[in-house]
Amino acid sequence: MSLFAETLPGGAPWSMTIPRHRLIRLTALDAGANLTALLYNARQPLDRLNIPDTLKALHTAHLTRGHILMSDMGHALASIVEDSLGWHDPLGGHLTAAHVRAKYGAHSYQDYRNDWYRNAHDNFLVELQKHGLGLRDLVASVNFFSKVTANDDGALTFVENHAPAGATITLRTEMDILLILSNTPHPLAPAGEYPRARIHLEIDRAAPPAAEDFCRTFRPECGRTLALTERLYL
Amino acid sequence: MSTLNYVESPLKPEDAIHREVIPAGEGWMHRIEKGQTLRILDLEGNQAADTLFYNAADLSERYSAQDTIREQGAIYLTTGTVLRSNLGRPMLTITADTCGRHDTLGGACATESNMVRYALDKRFMHACRDTFLLQIARSGLPLTKRDLAHNINFFMNVPVTPDGGLCFADGVSEPGKYVEMRAEMDVWCLLSNCPQLNNPCNAYNPTPVEMLVWDASN
Repeated sequence: MSLFAETLPGGAPWSMTIPRHRLIRLTALDAGANLTALLYNARQPLDRLNIPDTLKALHTAHLTRGHILMSDMGHALASIVEDSLGWHDPLGGHLTAAHVRAKYGAHSYQDYRNDWYRNAHDNFLVELQKHGLGLRDLVASVNFFSKVTANDDGALTFVENHAPAGATITLRTEMDILLILSNTPHPLAPAGEYPRARIHLEIDRAAPPAAEDFCRTFRPECGRTLALTERLYL
Repeated sequence: MSTLNYVESPLKPEDAIHREVIPAGEGWMHRIEKGQTLRILDLEGNQAADTLFYNAADLSERYSAQDTIREQGAIYLTTGTVLRSNLGRPMLTITADTCGRHDTLGGACATESNMVRYALDKRFMHACRDTFLLQIARSGLPLTKRDLAHNINFFMNVPVTPDGGLCFADGVSEPGKYVEMRAEMDVWCLLSNCPQLNNPCNAYNPTPVEMLVWDASN
């Protein structure tokens, strides 16, 4: 029995302030899901997800179990404690209205009511504004359930059919966070029918990371970012 | 190593309207008008020039690393790369590059990220983000920390491997290498000439860069 559960339909924006040491379990109910995410320190949103700092601390260009999503202030926002996929994308960024028009065609609210085609950029602006934030705070995002690879020349490839129905990833919050989500297609997904995979989200209590915690010990950098984060709660 | 693309510029330094040498650990904030060309010259080699751009008419529009790499379908910046904003619009186009490859995934160093990456006692070493913060504080422009998004590291080599690893490789730059870009809108350029002493990318030896600007008539 979780503290909270909700299913996000395709296209949905979502945001919530979530306390420290909670599990956030995300499950793709349908194949081909993509969930674009932003994370902020709920107490001080100037302290926010920083993709370059996260990737260079972990020496990675993809995200999976053991990795910690880090802020630009050296803090741990959330740790990835479980992952059925092995690869989530930190490179591709988010879907815009221009992408939607080019790949899926315009589907306005006037004509399609709540089956309109939404984009991550507008979804993020709406949810950021609810928390006193805006375009200037819209930083680089993570795409859960998607995979983008780079070859030796740096050319990017979007890997199709990466996430089957039932794929899951579980985050553990390491501070009080503002989590902003957009359940919209990956911007590099091929043109065609607008994907509408549903995401089920559950929140539960988590134990604080112990000394031998998998994420804390994954790399020395992980232990140090958790130590810096614990200074916020002296 | 993959192929690098070297393109030289016909512009002559003696025709530049502005030339300024920026020592390591210092910053530069300069307005570049649409049509003008900015060159960053790596004077001694393997330096990292951490660079951000803002639309001079609307500072909330700024350089976006994710938009830039996604829309060109490749992670490295070189001649032909269009540097895009967070609204997807072209801000500058790279027109010449004798280095061949530049990074935009590695971000800037900060005192806090130095503590995570190296050791908690690295807190008091100088870092790029402090240079950015001092520059925007002095600028008189309504820019704050929230406007410091992910920068370009000109001359830095941060290869991504096909299995999703990120490496900090030896630099591919040398003394006298340069990169040049033409402004597609009026922009503010914000530079931190990286002071990092912990990273092999600059052979642990940060050095000066020169900034040159030419008018469109060249």
